[in-house]
Amino acid sequence: MTDRQPPLADAHAAAGATTTAFGGWAMPVEFDSIKTEHAAVRESVGIFDVSHMSEIEVTGPDSTALTNRLTTNDVAALSPGEAQYACITREDGVMLDDTVVYRRADHADHPAYLIVPNAGHDSQFTDWWQTHREEWGLDATVENTTDQWAMFAVQGPDSPDHLAAAADAALTDLARFEHTTTEIAGVDCIVARTGYTGEDGFEILCPTDAAEMVWNTFDCQPCGLGARDTLRIEMGFLLSGQDFDPDDQPRTPYEAGVGFTVDLATDFLGRDALADQHKTGIDQQFVGITMLDRGVPREGYALVDSDGEQIGELTSGTMSPTLNEGIGLGYLDSSHTTPGEGVEIVVRGNRKQAEVTDRPFVSK
Amino acid sequence: MSFDVPDDLRYLESHEWTTTDGETVTIGVTDFAQDELGDVVFVELPAVGDEITAEDAFGVVESIKAVSDLYAPISGEVTAVNEELFDQPELVNDDPFGDGWMLEVAPSDESELDDLLSAAEYREQIA
Repeated sequence: MTDRQPPLADAHAAAGATTTAFGGWAMPVEFDSIKTEHAAVRESVGIFDVSHMSEIEVTGPDSTALTNRLTTNDVAALSPGEAQYACITREDGVMLDDTVVYRRADHADHPAYLIVPNAGHDSQFTDWWQTHREEWGLDATVENTTDQWAMFAVQGPDSPDHLAAAADAALTDLARFEHTTTEIAGVDCIVARTGYTGEDGFEILCPTDAAEMVWNTFDCQPCGLGARDTLRIEMGFLLSGQDFDPDDQPRTPYEAGVGFTVDLATDFLGRDALADQHKTGIDQQFVGITMLDRGVPREGYALVDSDGEQIGELTSGTMSPTLNEGIGLGYLDSSHTTPGEGVEIVVRGNRKQAEVTDRPFVSK
Repeated sequence: MSFDVPDDLRYLESHEWTTTDGETVTIGVTDFAQDELGDVVFVELPAVGDEITAEDAFGVVESIKAVSDLYAPISGEVTAVNEELFDQPELVNDDPFGDGWMLEVAPSDESELDDLLSAAEYREQIA
């Protein structure tokens, strides 16, 4: 199957980007160098093309009830213009994906939601919403609009200046997770104060056919998925399909360290299983690991105790460009998760010293 | 994009370069290799006195996005290791044919060098 292309694929190629297959999309992984792009976002500003993210729009009288029953957080608590991070779980509490649920600011007459799951999940969750709508007899329209939207992330401490210059100074008044509609380069866009880097930043949704005009409005370092990964690992943010995956790494929100997205007072799919786990506790927990020996932690490396007994596994890792240390994320037996506790990482058959570290690795 | 391929070096298909002064063979990775890898963040090399074997892996170079084995162009005893790379692995990116060198080896059979690619052959491979 051919990978899906973002609207700006040709422009990125012309800018010298190398691409990688990710979630069924061919996306830019590196424009200049991962270190350069990473530093731009930490120190000033960078722009990412994240058009591989899924967009599903849910409207109608029961759109709140439907979305509340399919995500772990309390959708009913959202006012127009607000958004929340949430998990999509199945009956046994295992995470299918994580997502941001936006309650649209521009539909005053009835609730409307934009749900942004990860790359390649758009058909799956459109079906998921539609199937459960039928099963529960709810009245809502569910539409997969992924191909209608381009999505860009402008991230970094200088991002408010860039948004103020490109659009409207009032955007800098948006609180974290708030969003609004505004014109950028004469194009109607949704702008949210959200991101995946740990920095102040904005995510912009614009119609696919106007993508180039909006992208070109921003005069800042283009960044690829490589820097997106190092930035999110430094913050300890989960990557769907890697740090959790219903088939290869089945985890609940509590195990994955995102229990804060679970509102057990709402009635969602997986709620009962999670209520049980909330009572009984978890066997393994998502942790940060910092390497003390030289080396680079990687996905799949085993975590062992001083006797060499396996006590966990890394699901992500990199050389932190900010700290110049090897950092990793993964799951560790709950009895070994005190920050500062020693743990060993098996790197190509050799045991390397490391320790459990509070997330984020880079304080913000 | 064009890459440096110095005429006076010999090459492996796996993107290592070598040069010899008649007694010592110096080994590193090519400009093409460092560009493919991206930012190099870690290099694992044998110790002085270790033996390496032609065509076998002798070490590992890691960039942020990739882990790559390093292959020996020649058999012999390691006589020097570029320890600068342990603290400054970015030298592999900045100066792959100079300060980014990796090993010096006393070859056990210098004729193995004849099996390596010339600059012209290597240029053709990466074209």
